[in-house]
Amino acid sequence: MNHERIVGTAVPRKEGRGKVTGKAQYVDDMLLPDMIYGATVRSQIPRGRIKKITFGPGIAWKEFVVVSAKDIPGKNCIALIGDDQPCLASDLVNHPEEPILLLAHPDRHALRKAVEAVSIEYSPLPPVFTIEESERRSEIVWGTDNIFKTYRIEKGDVDGVWSRADYIVEGEYSTGAQEQLYIENNGMIAAFDAERGITVWGSLQCPYYVHKALLTLCNLPAEKVRVVQMETGGAFGGKEEYPSMIAGHAALLAIKSGKPVKIIYDREEDMAATTKRHPSRTRHRTAVSRDGKILGGEIEFTIDGGAYATLSSVVLSRGAIHAGGPYYWPNLRIRAKALATNAPPHGAFRGFGAPQSLFAMERHMDRIARVVGLSPVEIRRRNFLKPGQTTATEQVVHEPIDLGKLLDRALSLSEYHAKRERFLIENRAGATKRGMGTAAFLHGAGFTGSGERYLSSVVGVEGCADGGVRVLVSSTEFGQGTKTVLCQVAAEALGLRYEDVTIAQPDTTAVPNSGPTVASRTVMVVGKLVASAARGIQQTLMLAGMLGDSYSADEFRTACGSYVAAHGQLLSWAQYEPPPDIFWDDQAYRGEAYAAYSWAVYIAEVAVDLTTYSVSVNDFVALQEVGRVLHPVLAVGQIVGGVAQGIGFALYEKVIWQQGRMQNCQMTNYIMPTSSDLPPIRVFFEELGNVHGAFGAKGIGELPMDGPAPAILNAVEDALGIGFDSIPLLAEDIFETITARSLSSESDVESGVR
Amino acid sequence: MISSLEDRGKSEIALTVNGEPKVVRAFPMERLLDVLRQQLGLTGAKEGCGEGECGSCSVLMDDTLVNSCLVPILQAQGTTIVTIEGLAAGEQLETLQEAFLECGGSQCGICTPGMILAAFHLLNKNPRPTLQEVKEGLSGNLCRCTGYVQIFEAVARAAQCGATSS
Repeated sequence: MNHERIVGTAVPRKEGRGKVTGKAQYVDDMLLPDMIYGATVRSQIPRGRIKKITFGPGIAWKEFVVVSAKDIPGKNCIALIGDDQPCLASDLVNHPEEPILLLAHPDRHALRKAVEAVSIEYSPLPPVFTIEESERRSEIVWGTDNIFKTYRIEKGDVDGVWSRADYIVEGEYSTGAQEQLYIENNGMIAAFDAERGITVWGSLQCPYYVHKALLTLCNLPAEKVRVVQMETGGAFGGKEEYPSMIAGHAALLAIKSGKPVKIIYDREEDMAATTKRHPSRTRHRTAVSRDGKILGGEIEFTIDGGAYATLSSVVLSRGAIHAGGPYYWPNLRIRAKALATNAPPHGAFRGFGAPQSLFAMERHMDRIARVVGLSPVEIRRRNFLKPGQTTATEQVVHEPIDLGKLLDRALSLSEYHAKRERFLIENRAGATKRGMGTAAFLHGAGFTGSGERYLSSVVGVEGCADGGVRVLVSSTEFGQGTKTVLCQVAAEALGLRYEDVTIAQPDTTAVPNSGPTVASRTVMVVGKLVASAARGIQQTLMLAGMLGDSYSADEFRTACGSYVAAHGQLLSWAQYEPPPDIFWDDQAYRGEAYAAYSWAVYIAEVAVDLTTYSVSVNDFVALQEVGRVLHPVLAVGQIVGGVAQGIGFALYEKVIWQQGRMQNCQMTNYIMPTSSDLPPIRVFFEELGNVHGAFGAKGIGELPMDGPAPAILNAVEDALGIGFDSIPLLAEDIFETITARSLSSESDVESGVR
Repeated sequence: MISSLEDRGKSEIALTVNGEPKVVRAFPMERLLDVLRQQLGLTGAKEGCGEGECGSCSVLMDDTLVNSCLVPILQAQGTTIVTIEGLAAGEQLETLQEAFLECGGSQCGICTPGMILAAFHLLNKNPRPTLQEVKEGLSGNLCRCTGYVQIFEAVARAAQCGATSS
């Protein structure tokens, strides 16, 4: 692979200059003539029927544009997988942030007062707030049974395994909601005219999701809906689905007012109303042999989906498939379900269910180790998946991955053994207890199962009049480096310089549907298509006799420019075709769940201060095999950023719920890591390559979210000798547990500590 | 839409922005952030939280780093403001801007203007900061993408290049 010139090098970020000079245009930076502002009136109760809406005194209501459900030209829903979520509630409300009315006015301050002046009377209905309440079904809040989706994955003979087990190890693990907390709040601008239809510009991940939702909502033909992505200030999954809602709201106001409408959420509204990571509960029951081999087990994975189905079924699917971790299970049953509650719908967040189920798996491995009497390192080593073995869905591992070797390298990089020995001695005295924790995991790249086949993504590459080429994709840039890496791939495929390649801003009138920018699929799946479309340009020029077998970048530019001058345009398309060796059974949930997996071993070193009960992460080693690293700086940036979010997930970020509403929806009281909170995060790669990805790349974006939380909680247990199975783990949780223990045992706190 | 009636109560505020004298008419309690973005068209300062927590609206006011969402415009009377737009000299990027590009200090870019100004301010006060000093100096600016490591590298690189020698 050494002959590659551009792939694998740290070329400058395509849109970087705009970002460091402040010239990059985000949606709130954009102004249109005659533009007015829109705002949302939301439900104040978790569940009930709307009885009466009153427009209060003191507001010049005639100046306002008011939109309710009856103004919707098409179907009142946000079309996604199912159509159950209304765009505006007309009768029933199912969560405390449900949109009911939209207002617009030229003055933002007047708008705020008007929103407060609307009062709504309800007939309340009993709500459901937790997984446990939902599964008791004393109230049915969705469908006939509160269940959005269930899956069952069955491998081997689980029922026959318990009698053979030397140990049966059980555990229950839970994870809380987590806010994506992109620094740019959600926002959209919509403009309408009868001839061109609706155009929206916004902060978003998936232009064609928004497009589909607007077609249904506005009852317009495809050519009369245009979606343009503006520079997007972070997303992390949080701008996968909710932008369709805001785009719908802005569109309805624009249609009714005849003016362009801008809706920008403030931080409180964004945190309270938009999606968060699904809270989860995972139960493990595992049969283990005397020598620490997993014989089989049952995993029950349950997530809280909130009030509407949205993406819960797919989050559940990924979480379920990853629930067995990177281990070989001869016999395994995974039962997964997504339940309804009266909270705002939970949604996509980096990792998409896998961080939840892998947290449980990796905490459970440490529990198994203790029961069997092996070290956390040894129990993993004895159960790692090996090439030729099968995953939970009976997918044969074809990649030459050696997880034992990966583990050894991570142990050595983190000085695991030496530090652990030292801590064992040092922890005997003093109020600071240190520990080391490990997590091994995998993350499947691309859509699950037959997902990529259904998406059937299309990308284009265009030869330009100046001889350069332009990549045409709906894949969006929101920090990860989409634009940069896809241009590298095209340049590499064509033998051009990086500067010869540009990329179109995603605009549904200008780019084909290359699928949503989610699921760690862009570099691997879309990148491969970009390379293929790029080669189509080359072939056309060769067939036209304008380019020889070998050529310089300048010769290419001359040929390309001449072709475009002669023929008017030069376009090449590529469409996804499922690899012939990929088989997936949607009914049995069996087969090749993902075309490729990334693999990782993360090691955390923590210190627990028994004066303040706070945990600090002092060192973090992140070692992963992600196929070919296409851009070393961006790749490290993805891993470090993901680890930082994982540390937040484990130790800082707690959503406090009251009656289905987030109470701490400010940056002051929902705490994400600052620059002073994070350890050195040391990133290392192994590169095995991957036949399914562009130049051997696999997915990378979500992987680093999976490992930090279990590695940190395992390290806390190593430090204290007390295990915690629920995150976020805050100082007060440790305080309470240790205090309760010392009270019940009447012994010194220190005795509970190793 | 602003009628003369609505204009009543506004004051004239004179200030220097990126080296140019400006006079704006604004309500005294209007936020410096809004005046910069809406009246002066300087949209590099971003609103992330509106409560001085995230630092993405950071600007320099008389060489002090401030959250422009917390500064009433009246308080900016007579001051000298530097925004991200005032950092590069024409096409020539400031050393820190170059360093952020090279080291991967900017991902989604929304915190970048504030982060670069915070780093600029730090290096002005302390041209050779230790890593700990960088961490503390930037702790008022939140970044959700990078995990900060590549930002620290960018600041270190800029310091090495003598970011503030000009």
